[in-house]
Amino acid sequence: MAKYKNYVLAQSLEEAYALNAKKSAVIVAGNMWLRMCGLSKQMAIDLSALGLDKIEEKEDAFLIGSMTTLRQMETHGALNAAFGGVFREALAPIVGTQFRNTATVGGSVFSRFGFSDVSALLLALDAQVVLFARGAVKLSDYQQEAWDRDIITHIRIPKGQRAAVQSVRVSATDIPVLVCAASVSDAGLRLVLGARPARAQIVVEHLAPDCGAETFEEIAARTAFGSNLRASEAYRRKIAPVLMMRAAKACREVTQA
Amino acid sequence: MNVEFVLNGRRVSAIVDADDSLYKMLRSLGMHSVKCGCETTNCGLCTVHMDGKAVLSCSVPAARCAGHEITTLEGMQEEAARLGACLAGEGAEQCGFCAPGLMMNVFALAKENPHATAAEIDAFLAGNLCRCSGYVSQRRAIMKYLEQVTGEVRA
Repeated sequence: MAKYKNYVLAQSLEEAYALNAKKSAVIVAGNMWLRMCGLSKQMAIDLSALGLDKIEEKEDAFLIGSMTTLRQMETHGALNAAFGGVFREALAPIVGTQFRNTATVGGSVFSRFGFSDVSALLLALDAQVVLFARGAVKLSDYQQEAWDRDIITHIRIPKGQRAAVQSVRVSATDIPVLVCAASVSDAGLRLVLGARPARAQIVVEHLAPDCGAETFEEIAARTAFGSNLRASEAYRRKIAPVLMMRAAKACREVTQA
Repeated sequence: MNVEFVLNGRRVSAIVDADDSLYKMLRSLGMHSVKCGCETTNCGLCTVHMDGKAVLSCSVPAARCAGHEITTLEGMQEEAARLGACLAGEGAEQCGFCAPGLMMNVFALAKENPHATAAEIDAFLAGNLCRCSGYVSQRRAIMKYLEQVTGEVRA
């Protein structure tokens, strides 16, 4: 379990950023995985008093505070209405209600978990990560970067898209064996594969939404998969085209609804 | 460090370490209904309410609770007796170890969605594991409890 010497409930983002400049400090978000990773730090910095737990609807996007819980996103009426209920559908299978009442979107995005349903969905929706010092960065770029000392304040999701998620799990509420998130916008179909088991990745963009099955086979053939306790590389490669096809179909149906 | 918060309606304070969990703090304050099962966020045994929401107390830092309201089964004895009677009536328990966490999540469900269908009950309680009951009898008991809460007779 994680060990901390001091615990600071930050009173401002400036304070949190200054404290987090030291490598001996760590930001505590939902604390679901952090506490299990066995790290030992001088200081834990808690962002829960900074009002970063809100979902705001802007004219062209949703701005989601980094301390917003997965459950808030799952049950948020306007957010789900804008994206065809995909947050409800994608987040509900994650562990249990109590877990989702505590796990935060900022914690998921910062950690770049290789099993994350959340990152896959946000990548499909072309989300941006708003960082305290650096400002807005595309999530697709942020996903590829190494961990740094900057603090995620918000996730920005542009409107005007419909999305769907498909996943396979060994048992309900478990970490996915493979997850596929799809979105359709004016720019065409975008597909993301997560839990490969590696950081979620955009595998194709600007695709015609009604493309044929051979396209998905081709994408799976050139995507890197791996093996772990949940499934083999070969199994993931085999089910990937099916998940992509189903996600694309679900996306088309949401769009037409 | 000293943490002041409201526990079951009463203002309390506790001395905690920086890395203590809410679960550990509650046990030290005599809240022995709060159990630790997996300590990996999967089993739901340690469920309590924080500001009215069901959370896993094994994962909430104790220091984060300053100024918040925490409710454990000890603070919901009347409701616990009602739900407990339903669970007993349906033979939905054997060892009872998971019961406090299950009950706290059922109370959260009753508040959020008292007219929950069987499928909605299953989904809401997916994070509460039980190695004895097989869940079917628990579901029956919860539906009976929700009937009492809402006054609605289910088919």
